[in-house]
Amino acid sequence: MNFDELFGHLGQHTVDGLSKGAIYALIALGYTLVYGVLRLINFAHSEVFMVGTFAVLGVWTAFGVENNPPAGQAILFLVLGLIAAAVASGGTALAIERIAYRPLRRKNAPPLIFLITAIGLSLVLVEVFGLLLPDVAGGALPSLFGRARQIVGMPTIINQETLFQIGGTSITNIQVIVFVSAVVMMALLDWFINRTRYGRGVRAVAQNPETAALMGVNQERVIMLIFVLGGIMAGAAALLWSMRFGFTQNSIGFVLGLKAFTAAVLGGIGNLRGALVGGLFLGIVEVYGATLFASNWEDVIAFVVLIVVLMFRPTGLLGESLGRARA
Amino acid sequence: MIDKIRTADRRRVSLLTSVGDRFRALPKWQRGLALLALVAFLYYLPLLGIPGLTWLRTDSIAGGNNWAGVLFVCAIYVLVAIGLNVVVGLAGLLDLGYIGFFAIGAYSVALFGSVNSPVVKWIQREFDLPETWAVTWAICLFIAIVLTLISGVLLGWPTLRLRGDYLAIVTLGFGEIIRIVARNSNGLTNGPQGISAIPGPEGPPSAENQVFGLIDAKPWYWLAITAVLLMVFAVRRLEHSRVGRAWLAVREDEDAAAVMGVYPFKFKLWAFAIGAALGGLSGFLFASRNAFIDPTQFNVNLSILFVAMVVVGGSGNMVGVSLGAVLLAYLPERFREIADYRWLAFGLAMVLVMILRPQGLIPSRRRTRELKDRAAEAEEAPAHV
Repeated sequence: MNFDELFGHLGQHTVDGLSKGAIYALIALGYTLVYGVLRLINFAHSEVFMVGTFAVLGVWTAFGVENNPPAGQAILFLVLGLIAAAVASGGTALAIERIAYRPLRRKNAPPLIFLITAIGLSLVLVEVFGLLLPDVAGGALPSLFGRARQIVGMPTIINQETLFQIGGTSITNIQVIVFVSAVVMMALLDWFINRTRYGRGVRAVAQNPETAALMGVNQERVIMLIFVLGGIMAGAAALLWSMRFGFTQNSIGFVLGLKAFTAAVLGGIGNLRGALVGGLFLGIVEVYGATLFASNWEDVIAFVVLIVVLMFRPTGLLGESLGRARA
Repeated sequence: MIDKIRTADRRRVSLLTSVGDRFRALPKWQRGLALLALVAFLYYLPLLGIPGLTWLRTDSIAGGNNWAGVLFVCAIYVLVAIGLNVVVGLAGLLDLGYIGFFAIGAYSVALFGSVNSPVVKWIQREFDLPETWAVTWAICLFIAIVLTLISGVLLGWPTLRLRGDYLAIVTLGFGEIIRIVARNSNGLTNGPQGISAIPGPEGPPSAENQVFGLIDAKPWYWLAITAVLLMVFAVRRLEHSRVGRAWLAVREDEDAAAVMGVYPFKFKLWAFAIGAALGGLSGFLFASRNAFIDPTQFNVNLSILFVAMVVVGGSGNMVGVSLGAVLLAYLPERFREIADYRWLAFGLAMVLVMILRPQGLIPSRRRTRELKDRAAEAEEAPAHV
């Protein structure tokens, strides 16, 4: 128990935790949106994120990005990466809905069958990216049917620098970018769900599907919309991840997805603002925990948090529900 | 194309049911004889030399694995599938952390039975025992089953009140926690180095062992298949008892079961604990045969493979889940070309089976009827999600 280290650098650990949690929060939105409307856990959402990181990698490789490009180019590459990741992730999410969920919804299958299908699909995606797309960065073309499940590095777009210091806590430019863009994306989504016509449709279906259908809301379209929205958020998370950590792998989705799900449950699944709160909270708890014990216990902490939350407050910190007027 | 597959599938199922019905209509002594023949064949399998069937052996291909060894793994997986079937198939609880119980079973024989384990060394120091002392294999079996039963209850007690899909995620977390704890606790489990010299029925592995050696896997297979047959019998009795009926009732409609006086939590906990003990037993046998375990052998992917065996085979039906287990363990060994794509194939199989026939390859009759009911309800009220 390393209390000295934790309390000696409490500010630093909090900042690290916040920037980590921002990525969890963005992925958590996908779980929350789908759960809020369909009441099911989209287990394959972690792979939506994974596909996003590969899209970023693909675009950067295609444009021959090198380490530390000049500022103008860097912004261009980030925007291109964001577009590619959002398209790829949104498309994957939509495909998952089409292939795995729609046929089951027609048959009114029990929720566990949805979960099993999603697990199967997630395995398929992981393996497809492990087997078919190895080493996109190294070779010019993906060498089909090679064997690569190893980590693929990405170019550094923005060099990590300390922007400013507050009382011994140094805050880097990347941390600021990650945190601010995550919050902006979430604010946009919140506005979209609460203030626009489409968002009203989403909330209506979440509250009561039958009545929404009677009022002329196209349910299928709402469901597609939420999958795409969740996918876009995961795509944004994928870009931020690529920028901050600079690597990807076909299996990165699994643990990250579980943590994002934990964040969603922690904040109250089905609650958009809850996802933000849950993500940031989980990020901080994880960094504190890793400092207190040791960094190889980090993953255990997230799971323990999940079990404890589900036992004592299964509705999360802010309560679940996408349908309620303000959430 | 899909229609063709569907018709072929329907024909296959009706054939299966008619064979099943005919078998049930036979006189008792004939059924007994048929079962006896099947059991005899299972014991004969490692020696398989019937002309025309030898291509089934995995050592019939270049670089193939020892046939009896593969059979042993198949038998272990069948044991796992039978245990998981109690949880998933009978009680309807999706347990994604079954590998955790498997690991606990494996680690109990390793920690108490091997002279290289920190636990045994500690006991030796505390009680002034000789350095060759370790807990006997048979007592380890007892420890493994008790420990997994307890851990099943400990995990089930707080989590079984949760909704089904939450339970699945929490158990997934549990499986991962067990692996990480095994990896990180150097003082307890030797961490990533693993534990060697895990004993078999004849004591620690050595060249002097007459029957259960490291080379010849046949006795191990016979041991495992005996365990499988015993457990099939036990679970079958359980399934047709009051407990089994309670499980089915809880699976199909928890509220209705509660109204009829079946306390769902109690029976779910029973299913969880019994399933856990069976997982522990299979982990125990696996570790004894391997003589060495480390945390990487208990990856979460295996947990998903276990679930795939049960749902692809046909959850709720013991023949179905055993078939699923044998297929998933055997095919990658015999057909090496697909070994690399096996996870892809497992994933695809899960998706396709769940979408096209959620009751599995060899369905349980009750489960089929239940799913049909739900589909009919969906047609009556199309607006309902």
